Amino acid sequence: MSDAMQDRTEPPAQAEAAPAPGWFARMMDHDLMASFLASRVTVLAAVVTLVLVVLALFAPLIAPYNPFDPAEVFLIDSLTPPRWQAGGDPRFLLGTDDQGRDLFSAILYGLRVSLIIGVLGVMMAAAIGITLGLVAGYVGGRVDAVIMRIADVQLTFPAILIALLVDGVVHALLKGASREDTAFGVLVVSIGLSFWVQYARTVRGSTLVEKHKDYIQAARLVGLSPVVIMARHVLPNVIGPVLVILTINLGLAVITEATLSFLGVGLPPTQPSLGTLIRIGNDYLFSGEWWIVAFPGLTLAALVLAVNLLGDWLRDALNPKLR
Amino acid sequence: MLAFIIRRLVQSIGVLLAVAFIAFAMFRFVGDPVNQIVSIEASPEERAQIRESLGLNDPFVVQFARYVGRAAQLDFGISYQFRQPVTKLLGERMPATLELAFVSAVFALVVGIPMGVYTALRRDSWLAKLFQAVSLVGVSLPTFLIGILLIYVFAVTLGWLPSFGRGEVVRIGDWWTTGFLTASGLRALILPSITLGMFQMTLIMRLVRAEMLEVLRTDYIKFARARGLTRRAINFGHALKNTLVPVITITGLQLGSIIAFAIITETVFQWPGMGVLFLQAVQNVDIPIMAAYLLLIAFLFVVINLAVDLLYAVVDPRLKVSVRAA
Repeated sequence: MSDAMQDRTEPPAQAEAAPAPGWFARMMDHDLMASFLASRVTVLAAVVTLVLVVLALFAPLIAPYNPFDPAEVFLIDSLTPPRWQAGGDPRFLLGTDDQGRDLFSAILYGLRVSLIIGVLGVMMAAAIGITLGLVAGYVGGRVDAVIMRIADVQLTFPAILIALLVDGVVHALLKGASREDTAFGVLVVSIGLSFWVQYARTVRGSTLVEKHKDYIQAARLVGLSPVVIMARHVLPNVIGPVLVILTINLGLAVITEATLSFLGVGLPPTQPSLGTLIRIGNDYLFSGEWWIVAFPGLTLAALVLAVNLLGDWLRDALNPKLR
Repeated sequence: MLAFIIRRLVQSIGVLLAVAFIAFAMFRFVGDPVNQIVSIEASPEERAQIRESLGLNDPFVVQFARYVGRAAQLDFGISYQFRQPVTKLLGERMPATLELAFVSAVFALVVGIPMGVYTALRRDSWLAKLFQAVSLVGVSLPTFLIGILLIYVFAVTLGWLPSFGRGEVVRIGDWWTTGFLTASGLRALILPSITLGMFQMTLIMRLVRAEMLEVLRTDYIKFARARGLTRRAINFGHALKNTLVPVITITGLQLGSIIAFAIITETVFQWPGMGVLFLQAVQNVDIPIMAAYLLLIAFLFVVINLAVDLLYAVVDPRLKVSVRAA
């Protein structure tokens, strides 16, 4: 992969002559690569993130048991401590939870669910935010005023509160459906609706700048429709900072999912996510079964910390002021 | 200046009206308010009568105006779960949340500012690096995990501090209860306030550090050094003083989110505050409580925001100029 990148930056004369390289090209620029490799913490964070993502993606292959399958839940062995502890069972590396699920498997599946919800939620937030930001910036006028007022009002509230409200309202509207079926979608929607403002503001800001540039005027003269101009010409030029926000928000989204599930308004206990596992573990903290809360907690902390470190690094590396 | 204040006031009222509209829309359209009030056996006639008496047949605008009017008089209706006025329920729990939020904010300031100053002045010492690492963990760890960790260490393992509740409280006046006056009340405050204040503390620390580093580079600090002032006078008299304006602003603005984040902390520590009430309301679709809480947070935020803006305009002369120019 790094070979390809070197190739791309090899002919310096041409690269300099090119009018302002696109964001992606700049990211692949070896400046950034160098700053990445220079920071040992960032490399470590990237490795941790990669390992966790791989574990989550291949959870069904790696996990010794399937926590969704009643045949692989061992109620008799519930609350078994980790293998190396007194009373541990060699079958269960990290012990079992109160329902007799293998904790290691549950964490892998939980990580998978948490990550999928986090990624989908952030993507939904970005989709809403980018669309509204583009429209607000490009169309301007009253549309702009209305969209940005809504954004301002929403900024009044912390995201977690919005997520809680959306969760409550959507569940109320879907009265007939059981929580088991709807929880996943509701979580994604809650996260999407809580985090869109930052994208909208950023995209609107850059759109306002791009709008008056010659190439947009040219596109307009050619007679392209505003939708095409926004999607094909403005969007690629304003998407850069969005990718940074995406990374930073992924950590927040995972925390939000875990928090909602922990508070009991997210996923039901039958579907392991890191949040629900911690919630279950919290109930057993006082009776000494510390492992049920400790391992999912550690996994969550490691994931969020690693993703945040990556986001911080990406933001600093792309910020020309700090270079 | 007056125009600035008036414009700010109008904006604030606009925000509140918008939130009230959302609150009202929730109230009116999520679930049927009549169903929540009458028993299952009520006849259609009875329902129609209640519908009429609640004014649910009036035009939308009239209903909204009525809702706003009542909310202005602190009447948010009756809770579906408890069959009691929402105002009373929230009022009973407000002291617990406000005391927790206050102690958390104080904790965040008292610990965060010195840590920030230290990390800025002694950038390369190991302690500064440790503080930086702690701040990173503080930002990344979810609130509830910090709470669980503290409970496990200080309540379960060491047994030093209580893990739930407010301890003994003393009643002051008609509706305020305080935990400040008893030993158990104060002990009960420690873990929840640290949990709740952790995020703000790291935020303040990072902010103070960044501001200090910036200020220490400016010309007037160089000039102060050239004048031969003591290091202490420069660092604290000149540099720190200039970083405090943004710090106070941010802390003020964060107060609203401290109160909102109290939902999580209160759940972990079974703290009998508004947050737990709100969470119960979300779980049981108790719309009047949800709506009232939403409005309350918006109101707090708007008031704090307004106060901060006005203070800023008074303190910072540059702002006055830009306001006039705008």
